[in-house]
Amino acid sequence: MGDTALFLGQLFNGVSVGSILLIAALGLALSFGLMRVINMAHGEFIMIGGYLAFLAHQIIPSGASLWLALPLAFVGTFLLGALLESTLIRRLYGRPLDTLLATWGLSLILQQAARQIFGPTGVEVTAPAWLSGAINFSGALSGLTIPHVRIFVIVLALLILGGLLLLINKTRLGMLVRAVNQNREVASTLGVNTRLIDMTVFAIGAGLAGLGGAALALISPVTPTVGQSYIVDAFLVVILGGLGSLAGTTIASFVVGLFSAGLQTFTSVSFAKVLLLAGVVAFLQWKPKGIVVMKSRALEEA
Amino acid sequence: MHFFAKQSRGLLHKVAGSAIISLSVGLLAGAQAEDVKVGVLHSLTGTMAISEITVKNATLLAIEEINKKGGVMGKKIASVIEDGASEPATFAQKAQKLIEQDKVSTVFGGWTSASRKAMLPVFERLDNLLWYPVQFEGNECSPNIMYSGAQPNQQILPAFDWAVEKGYKKYFLVGSDYVFPRTANLIVKKHIENDKLTLTGEEYVPLGGTDFSSVINKIKAGGPAIIFNTINGDSNVAFFKQLAAAGLTAKDYPVMSFSIAEQEAKAIGPKLLEGSYAAWNYFMSLPNASNKAFIKAYAAKYGKDQLITDPMIHGYVDVYVWKAAVEKARSFEPDKVRKAAVTLKEINTPMGKIKFDANQSLYQTAYVGQLKADGQFKILWDSKKNLKPEPYDALAFPGKTCKP
Repeated sequence: MGDTALFLGQLFNGVSVGSILLIAALGLALSFGLMRVINMAHGEFIMIGGYLAFLAHQIIPSGASLWLALPLAFVGTFLLGALLESTLIRRLYGRPLDTLLATWGLSLILQQAARQIFGPTGVEVTAPAWLSGAINFSGALSGLTIPHVRIFVIVLALLILGGLLLLINKTRLGMLVRAVNQNREVASTLGVNTRLIDMTVFAIGAGLAGLGGAALALISPVTPTVGQSYIVDAFLVVILGGLGSLAGTTIASFVVGLFSAGLQTFTSVSFAKVLLLAGVVAFLQWKPKGIVVMKSRALEEA
Repeated sequence: MHFFAKQSRGLLHKVAGSAIISLSVGLLAGAQAEDVKVGVLHSLTGTMAISEITVKNATLLAIEEINKKGGVMGKKIASVIEDGASEPATFAQKAQKLIEQDKVSTVFGGWTSASRKAMLPVFERLDNLLWYPVQFEGNECSPNIMYSGAQPNQQILPAFDWAVEKGYKKYFLVGSDYVFPRTANLIVKKHIENDKLTLTGEEYVPLGGTDFSSVINKIKAGGPAIIFNTINGDSNVAFFKQLAAAGLTAKDYPVMSFSIAEQEAKAIGPKLLEGSYAAWNYFMSLPNASNKAFIKAYAAKYGKDQLITDPMIHGYVDVYVWKAAVEKARSFEPDKVRKAAVTLKEINTPMGKIKFDANQSLYQTAYVGQLKADGQFKILWDSKKNLKPEPYDALAFPGKTCKP
């Protein structure tokens, strides 16, 4: 394996990790970025998405189960998100510390529930045959392989992002979301049902996490605690990207992905993580509002 | 549709059920003065629950069997179960609680080295005895711990010798980033150097990490080699899924794992693992009669299709050794039990005939197995005899010895 192949391989890995971060963080960009809800149970929506993918596989035990898994995971976690917002989160708006504690407790409850229902050992979700292969290069680039399943995750991440951007910028619902985000009181006096908007935004965020979870199940474990491995990184890219900005979250995901792949070429995985966190801290010292600064009244008051 | 069968008992049922069980255990413990109390301390929640719950189950099975046959020195064993919650600090607290409040005469438990190292000072200070059931990195020797799990020379080095014998010249080491993989790999590296072999790379990923893309790239960059895998827990699923996705075949890149037993293999998926190797001191496929009887008894208590793993057997065997030691010492005093335990004759167990060495570790046989499609291991190699446990590898830790 030549140096060029190694470099290109790491470049692809950077994009791949970036897309995984994006999938993990987009839902959080909505609930945390737009609504200021510090949802410590965000990772558990990803976990539940993985388990719903497993259920889909029980219903259709073939490679086609993926096409059931993705919508099932989205709808399931969307409904759960709506339920949690209307029963728990709603009562805690404007109380960030209480929200943090309550959602952390919720994450523990969801983890234990998964353990009780599915057992502690995790479940098997494997990629269908058409995703199990890889593109192998030869000649000067021999040794470079691009796994199909990673391409699939990148494409899905971009599709989710595109869909979300269309929703926010091109639909009536998106306009209402933007209105509430810019000025809740005025939107409310103009007759916008802000409570319903809050619930919808939170539920969409949860649904996206679940959808992502169903895809990530193809390359990662599906266990009660798997959500924990995404949550810190998801917060990291949302904060680095700049609150309230989907573009910022996207840029930050790929910056972090490429950065960590680059660092891991020269140093160990653990040390690369240390350097990365130090880099993010340094960047936030320089630009406390992150990569993309959003101007909105809601943010100034926050 | 095994999953839906499980569904029939609702969540509340299960929670209520376990609450009643723990209550009754508590009552039992306080009920009869002529009982002897022992602690069972494992993670029943958190990331390690996947592995530790079954060890607790096997330990309780041994206690139940002994009680059915009249107990120990005429006393019934009452187990006090505590949850270490996958947190070393919690293990230390619960160990203290078991010894001071519950007045247990000994404790069975622990899994990660971090949990053991957290409990060690508690057992030394309160002079009680811990029976530790899991293979580990050695480099430790406390008079208050019975190390029944394999020392490096009973699991890792036999696997290494097997690989050398098979003609593997190049080695890649990958592990989770904590004490066991780092110490184990330090030992392996010394031996690679000593045998003039090649190390193509060494990588650590944070415990619970799920991204192995760079690690896999580095494995490929070094060319075909046998991979020694000390990744622990769920991360293994990500590692093997991503290994398969990148097209690294078992032919060019065979993997030898040290933390994957039958249960983990099932969770990871035998399809992904088929053909990869593992080294243990027990495989469920061992053909001896005692093992067959154990598998039957375990299934009768915990349901059909249960998988049995090496640490479970160690947890089970530890209770029997403790019983034999108590009977030999004619006392439940930890200090007397410990001294008696290292002088016992060999006991017949599902993992073969075993006994403790004077250094409080176990004589045991090493096996290398290859995973089949059905999730069981085909045993390829064994050490032919019980290996004497060496807590301190001579190459990695020259001059250090155990002073019991």
